Amino acid sequence: MAHSHAVKRYSGLMDWLTTVDHKKIGILYFLAGGIFFLIGGLEALLIRIQLMFPDNQIFIGGTYNQILTMHGTTMIFLAAMPLLFGFMNAIVPLQIGARDVAFPFLNSLGFWLFVFGGLLLNLSWFLGGAPDAGWTAYAPLSSDTSLRGVDFYAMGLQIAGLGTLIGGINFLVTIINMRAPGMTFMRMPMFTWTSFVTSVLILFAFPAVTVGLVELTFDRLFDGNFFNVSKGGNEVLWEHIFWIFGHPEVYILILPAFGIISEVVSTFSRKRLFGYSSMVFATLLIGFLSFMVWVHHMFTTGLGPVANGIFAVATMAIAVPTGIKIFNWLFTMWGGQIIFNSSNLWAIAFIPTFVMGGMTGVMLAVPPADFQYHDSYFVVAHFHYVIVGGLIFGIFSGFYYWWPKMFGRMLHEGLGQLNFWTFMIGFHLTFFPQHFLGLMGMPRRVFTYETGVQLEMGNMASSIGAFLMGIGTIAFVLNIIITALKPKNAPADPWDGRSLEWSIPSPAPEYNFKQTPLVRGLDAFWKEKRAGNKEMTPAEPIGSIHMPSPTILPFFMSVGLFIAGFGFMYAKYDFENGLLATLFGNHIIAIIGLVITFLCMFLRSVYDDHGWHIEPEELEDKGVKA
Amino acid sequence: MANVHDMGTLPAEPEKATLEGKNKILGFWLFLGGEMVLFGTLFASFIALRNSVPEGPTGDQIFKLGMVAVATFILLTSSLTSVMAMMAMHRQQVKKMLTWLWVTVVLGLAFLGLEIYEFVEYVHEGHTFTSSAFGTSFYTLVGFHGAHVAFGVCWIALLCIQGMKKGLTVVTAPKFYVASLYWHFIDVVWVFIFSVVYLLGKAG
Amino acid sequence: MWRLMPLLAVLALAGCGDPSISAIDPQGPVASEQFFLMKLSLAVMIFVFAVVMIIYIYVLVRYRKKKGQDQIPKQVEGNHVLEIIWTVIPILLLIVIAVPTIKYTFEHSKDLREEEGVVHIKVTAHQFWWQFEYPDNNINTAQDMYIPVGKRVALELTSSDVKHSFWVPALAGKIDTNPGMSNIMHLQADKPGIYRGKCAELCGASHSLMDFKVVAVSEAEYNQWVEGKKTPAKVTADTAKGEQVFKDNCLSCHAVGGEGAGLGPNLNGFANRTEVAGVLPHDAASVKKWIQDPQAQKPGTKMPKVNLNEDQVDQLVKYLETLK
Repeated sequence: MAHSHAVKRYSGLMDWLTTVDHKKIGILYFLAGGIFFLIGGLEALLIRIQLMFPDNQIFIGGTYNQILTMHGTTMIFLAAMPLLFGFMNAIVPLQIGARDVAFPFLNSLGFWLFVFGGLLLNLSWFLGGAPDAGWTAYAPLSSDTSLRGVDFYAMGLQIAGLGTLIGGINFLVTIINMRAPGMTFMRMPMFTWTSFVTSVLILFAFPAVTVGLVELTFDRLFDGNFFNVSKGGNEVLWEHIFWIFGHPEVYILILPAFGIISEVVSTFSRKRLFGYSSMVFATLLIGFLSFMVWVHHMFTTGLGPVANGIFAVATMAIAVPTGIKIFNWLFTMWGGQIIFNSSNLWAIAFIPTFVMGGMTGVMLAVPPADFQYHDSYFVVAHFHYVIVGGLIFGIFSGFYYWWPKMFGRMLHEGLGQLNFWTFMIGFHLTFFPQHFLGLMGMPRRVFTYETGVQLEMGNMASSIGAFLMGIGTIAFVLNIIITALKPKNAPADPWDGRSLEWSIPSPAPEYNFKQTPLVRGLDAFWKEKRAGNKEMTPAEPIGSIHMPSPTILPFFMSVGLFIAGFGFMYAKYDFENGLLATLFGNHIIAIIGLVITFLCMFLRSVYDDHGWHIEPEELEDKGVKA
Repeated sequence: MANVHDMGTLPAEPEKATLEGKNKILGFWLFLGGEMVLFGTLFASFIALRNSVPEGPTGDQIFKLGMVAVATFILLTSSLTSVMAMMAMHRQQVKKMLTWLWVTVVLGLAFLGLEIYEFVEYVHEGHTFTSSAFGTSFYTLVGFHGAHVAFGVCWIALLCIQGMKKGLTVVTAPKFYVASLYWHFIDVVWVFIFSVVYLLGKAG
Repeated sequence: MWRLMPLLAVLALAGCGDPSISAIDPQGPVASEQFFLMKLSLAVMIFVFAVVMIIYIYVLVRYRKKKGQDQIPKQVEGNHVLEIIWTVIPILLLIVIAVPTIKYTFEHSKDLREEEGVVHIKVTAHQFWWQFEYPDNNINTAQDMYIPVGKRVALELTSSDVKHSFWVPALAGKIDTNPGMSNIMHLQADKPGIYRGKCAELCGASHSLMDFKVVAVSEAEYNQWVEGKKTPAKVTADTAKGEQVFKDNCLSCHAVGGEGAGLGPNLNGFANRTEVAGVLPHDAASVKKWIQDPQAQKPGTKMPKVNLNEDQVDQLVKYLETLK
């Protein structure tokens, strides 16, 4: 029975290109998402340099629009989402006691699709200009083909979005089907719960934007009329489709951050999460309501008072479950023993920051007042409070918390504190004044503002703050580098952790759990430790472990779509070179790309992957090493 | 569990015998949930734009219900044949299953042929992708469905060939099963297209 | 320090920004009602924030880990009473906000176009300028929207190209101008003055420069302005040359009479406009600068650089400055 299939094991670069190990894919997500985060941050600094003084002439007109569009698009789709996917990959299977995700192959595919989608989008900088219609790409500005940037937006996001959708399905199946014995839904750690709800939102929100992007692409590349008013098109349709996706997207981002905060606050107060059931309920309710509120992004579109009124009330309702969460975190700390390390500092700073973002959220839900806030810097301040102050704070907190589990090394505490204080102070300095800039009449997405109406001071403060955040980010990068140069030093359970990932060595071995653990309650590992056990009780004897084979196919499937994307975008381009004109003009390049992708799918279908096995003897060796 | 395929006999529901199989089926159901949103959005776009015809013919002027009804009948029948295939699979009659699947493929091809014929007709009558917002949304919605049928035909054909080579195992059974799920889904979407696009287009 | 910022917020809200453009220094009833809603929702939210902060600070001070603390803290599952409290109270607070919200949502979306004594203006947004039509008086003008003080002004707004958004912060919140559709809103100025208007929806390269003005004048002055639009500008010998240059080069896009619109803004009353192209101060030098290279002033503008020599431009400027 336990015949070992001969399986190629790669090393070096090939190992990373072919890996289907969720922990390695998690690291890849961190790497790629981290690079995009730095690029997006650089774009943010360029914006703040331009706005430092009124009438600056550094980045104006179309150039500025490209920078702001790419800042938003990069941060949402290529930095925030992948970083969260990194956590979900690295941690969720460990938290539910699984050896792997449900679809390792698709997991790898999702990652490479995201990478090549992001790459395609960013290549626009070198190929005639980046997209310039804002991350929301409102038609008909976005369907104007005089500039080609938006083609990259539509194509790049389409490819990356497919990757996200695949990832979402993968996590849903993993969480539903692969929990360890005893791990009932109501015993799942909060981060797993929020990842679960986020995946549901991905599943039901992303296909909408897929269609939106298809329609935009058809209008741009094939002379379609979805948003072409002269042929009966309707630009408000784009707004609806975009926000039916776009609002859940915001919760897709913030829910996992809620999960991270829940884990961190609970661990570092040494208390179980207060009101666990109501936390789960609140998460589900937020997920559900997130599909009911998209029109609050469109109060000024002119849908009339009935639509505006209904969506105003629905939007306000979201404040209730969010409030439940805030109070639950506060009362988790109540009566605990709070440790202020860099991980928990981020979580603690998260609470008031997010409450402020939520406050302005409720204020924005009032349509007549929103007529004033909408598309002003007030909105810019609001969503940066929830996305940076919520999501990025959560991500940083998660980094310090799970870094030992993922890399086997503890991040440096001093640099961590430097990272936290500079970034946190810089954040408030950047975004707090922006509330007032908006109320004082500064619209968003402008490259200049007039003098003499009191906008100078706020903008200056904002720019200084942005640089402080930059310094904080550099401190974090330094921290990673310095840590990576030191030997692995992390114990299996550095924080007196509560969930299953802390019951296995750091970093987690390839097979995660030598024996699948038996879960006997919420905070499974904490429970065992309090019962005097050093390890989880196993649910099975030691045996041979089946592993999926590494494969390069996902990489090539993504390359295929990448090529096809270029093929479609350049089909109407005026090439001077005759050969290129023929190849692109007749869609030959596009077809070659699609053929590569379908060929890989064909190979995947025809050749069954029998995987390979890790034998018990090998497990013992590794056990000693770890 | 992963080694069930080495054993001689197949369990009663071979598609759900392994964790991989169960994962695949659940994942596919979820995927269909996403597809539902995809088509829902396409339908919403179509409904929003179906009366936006500043130039070019309207649906009322061009739709030929007779031909579309035939296409509908063909596709519904193909759904039935894929059910027959699954029943055969559960009785472990590989040959019968494959036969029914091939019939499904042929019916799918017939449907596609009719659809292409229909589109060509429309183009001749001036109803094109670029003629109006109605035209664009019509071809996008119906075309997306057509592309799904085409993909399904290729996929099921490929699976039939695999079935002939590999036989029915706990590895291949889930593949047949999800392909048949996919085919039903396409069918259901078509029922909506038939009612919303054609019947409503004709009735006003 | 930053925890005190909400307090500063309230202080700062009381009169901040310039009255010609600030949403929190409202100059008309619509903006005032919207400001009331802002204050109401902010007050409720600050109450919530204060409650959170009090618990937060107490918890952080009281329950930080002390030296030698090694017993395990009590593991609390939850507390139904507390959980019900922090579910029900927010709902009540939200109702406090929701009731006036609904009231004003309906009031501010009312269609006043047919009401007695209301000034009716049709606004059309273009990349990157604003066209104002007064259908009751057959006036077509651009960039400066004249309104009488103390009267409701009903606007009907659309766009000729991409989506824009019409925003005069001191008088009323914004509404989008959608191509192929029209929206309505209304506003009113209580005091005479020049209020700054902005485009609030990203519309292309010069989105930031798509400014306009609302010029609120007394009813008498307003009527005078309306009458003035009906008498064509007098051409003197001094400006005849400039008029010819204009006819040869500009008339294909720019109308100068009270009625009619071209591809570009109608230039009647040009000499009285507060700014040139919405971005430059109004003086002869700026007009010249603008004509000689529009792209340099407003990237992406549809106005081409017309091939004119120095002399022709001076003549043209002289002529334009007579268009009162």
